[in-house]
Amino acid sequence: MSFFARFAQNRGALIGLIILALIIAMAILAPLLFPESPWRMVQRPFLPPFEVDGFVLGTDTMGRNVAAGLMHGAWVSLLIGLVSTSVALIIGVPLGAVAGYYGGLVDDALMRFTEFFQTIPNFALAIVLVAIMQPSVTSIVLAIAIVSWPPVARLVRAEFMSLRNREYVEAARLVGQGNTTIILKQILPNTLSPIIVLASLMVATAILLESALSFLGLGDPNVMSWGYMIGAARTVIRQAWWLSFFPGMAILLTVLALNLVGEGLDDALNPKLARERQ
Amino acid sequence: MTDTVLSIRNLTLALPKGADRRYAAENVTYDVAKGEIMCVVGESGSGKSMAANAVMGLLPKGVRPTDGEILFHGEDLLKLDEKRHRELRGLRIGMIFQEPMTALNPLMRAGDQIAEVFEAHGLYNAKERQQKALSLLEEVGIPQPEKAIRAYPFELSGGQRQRVMIAMALALEPELLIADEPTTALDVTTQAQILELIRDLQQRRNMAVMFITHDFGVVAEIATRVCVMRLGKVVELGLASDILGNPQHEYTRSLIDAIPSNAVPPARDVRDPAPLLEVRQLNKVFRSRGGLFKPSREVVALNDVSFTLDRGETVGIVGESGSGKSTMGRCVVRLERPDSGELLLDGVNLSALKGDALRRERKRVQMVFQDPYASLNPRTRVGLAIAQGPIANGVPRQEALKQAGDLLDLVGLGAAAAERFPHEFSGGQRQRIGIARALALNPELIVADEAVSALDVSIQAQILELLEDLKRKLSLSLLFITHDLRVAAQVCDRIIVMQHGRIVEQGTAQEVFLSPREAYTRELLDAIPGRAHEAAAV
Repeated sequence: MSFFARFAQNRGALIGLIILALIIAMAILAPLLFPESPWRMVQRPFLPPFEVDGFVLGTDTMGRNVAAGLMHGAWVSLLIGLVSTSVALIIGVPLGAVAGYYGGLVDDALMRFTEFFQTIPNFALAIVLVAIMQPSVTSIVLAIAIVSWPPVARLVRAEFMSLRNREYVEAARLVGQGNTTIILKQILPNTLSPIIVLASLMVATAILLESALSFLGLGDPNVMSWGYMIGAARTVIRQAWWLSFFPGMAILLTVLALNLVGEGLDDALNPKLARERQ
Repeated sequence: MTDTVLSIRNLTLALPKGADRRYAAENVTYDVAKGEIMCVVGESGSGKSMAANAVMGLLPKGVRPTDGEILFHGEDLLKLDEKRHRELRGLRIGMIFQEPMTALNPLMRAGDQIAEVFEAHGLYNAKERQQKALSLLEEVGIPQPEKAIRAYPFELSGGQRQRVMIAMALALEPELLIADEPTTALDVTTQAQILELIRDLQQRRNMAVMFITHDFGVVAEIATRVCVMRLGKVVELGLASDILGNPQHEYTRSLIDAIPSNAVPPARDVRDPAPLLEVRQLNKVFRSRGGLFKPSREVVALNDVSFTLDRGETVGIVGESGSGKSTMGRCVVRLERPDSGELLLDGVNLSALKGDALRRERKRVQMVFQDPYASLNPRTRVGLAIAQGPIANGVPRQEALKQAGDLLDLVGLGAAAAERFPHEFSGGQRQRIGIARALALNPELIVADEAVSALDVSIQAQILELLEDLKRKLSLSLLFITHDLRVAAQVCDRIIVMQHGRIVEQGTAQEVFLSPREAYTRELLDAIPGRAHEAAAV
């Protein structure tokens, strides 16, 4: 059975994949459907949804088109979520793997380093980093990645510590496999499940973190994002529910889709489950 | 029979869809009477525990009774509601489990756990409960019961924990005691004591005991009547003496035959008595890292151990848990680094090697692990798992995979098995894979660490035969580590008995098994269950 066929057997994963595809399509089609900048004021402010043709989702406090913002924002929010998570994984997984596998002094050194990051409140550190580097998509992605890798390292370390003394790892050591091979081929594949689950949640946190930064005025001033839209609408949530509702729904659906896809990936990659379903 | 306590009639338990067979138990019928020990014997997957679980109302999810009845003093347990069932559990039916460490609450003192049984049924006040607990602990023969009542499970030994479990099961003086493999996790000498305790208590209280086991030796020790099960069906039912002395069914006979017997095979003459492995004054101490306020702890695992192993020879290391026998094996394959002493393999001192030099030499000594479920990476196909060794040593991938196929043929699984994942194989098959993996590097010495103790007797016999066969074909030497003296006597040329990290006795299998010199060896031999029965039969 092919990898995709195994993946597609999980109904939820398939739905997640479809939602994700729709969101990516939104991001790609945005410049075609709304060629004008989403920052332009095009109608009177506080226009409720479904009232005026062409403004299906209404307008915001400044008279900007919510639908246009939502579609243009999809790109930035997805980009920030996925890229910052990948960067966090690239930092956290090797660090945790090395700390957990070797233990002892290496572990002590790496974990004290990790704790250094963990003792500073996430959000405060992100603000400082973005403020120093000047707000831009790159600096936001970096800042989010830097504050979110410690839990990854912790998780991977714990998994490695419990797996490194398994008999099959000892057997690999006995037949002369080197440490790198053992880490990559024997242990890492068996830690995938929790990493995938954590990663799909981290994408969600990253999108929300970006929104919080935007709310403080530390978002990239040139790009529209869902986070910015919610941030800007928070003060008027009682007068204009739709301003936070639609971007909020978009974030919720994205996160849900990513979780479903993550679960499907996990199932498809697990040989045991795959055969049982047959 | 008027004294029938429990009567199982045509019990049929359906397994969930997709299981490897339709029924966990099919048409099972047997009685357990007052004052007898009914042994339910079978290999893993025979459904021997299922009926007991049904009696206790502890059937695993998805398994449900479809037919039959379980009458406890005439009351059908299958039709009881949860509340009534709970009243019966503990009060009139007690149960003890295999693993006393996991069956006890690790954060509760032994006395409190026993007292909890009374509390659950609303009996006595706090003080009386503690007194009852103390007298129970005395009854089950725990040394220093006043201290044991305040002890946490981790402070007790395996045998003492099992005694606490028995005390809990007996707290309310049940008429029926169900014991599910209660001695399987214990050392032989402890096992013998626990068996004696159960027999003793059963006679004193005139209880009915339903004793579930896979070990015919244990059956011979304590059974009044025996029920042999296979694939969910009762194969044979009768008095213990009849079944052991004159088994009617072929399957029963094969089970009894598969038990390693007391007869020791005649010594083989080793053609070439050249030493392959020389162990000289090996020492290993485990130290737990102390904290700021706690002192570091030391455990001496190996204390001046010396022996030699000749080319083509099988040497057995026998001992109970904590004797250092596994540490010995792990030092030989250099999974552990000895503190001092020499490990000479053909003159090369393995204990001094490090890093790359060690990686080059280590393929000459390979290991077969104990647990066939933990020793294979669940995400690696079997063929690749075997080929990984040669690949790591520079054999091209394609060639290594082809060799893996040949090896799978050699161990009797067929080359087609290479494409499958470990979980698709049974325990015995996995152990064959483990052996193939150990052979992949053409080692001169194989260390088998309890390689058959996790397997059913019939499978055990097959794996031992395979090892013997391979050893001859490939002119291997074998270091066979086991807790089971009888298995060792079957396969080993020489036997080393260890206790507390020291060698107590060593000699040829015949010497050690038939005329032991040391008291400890004799103690080990006497503790083997079923020995008396066999001695009588021979």
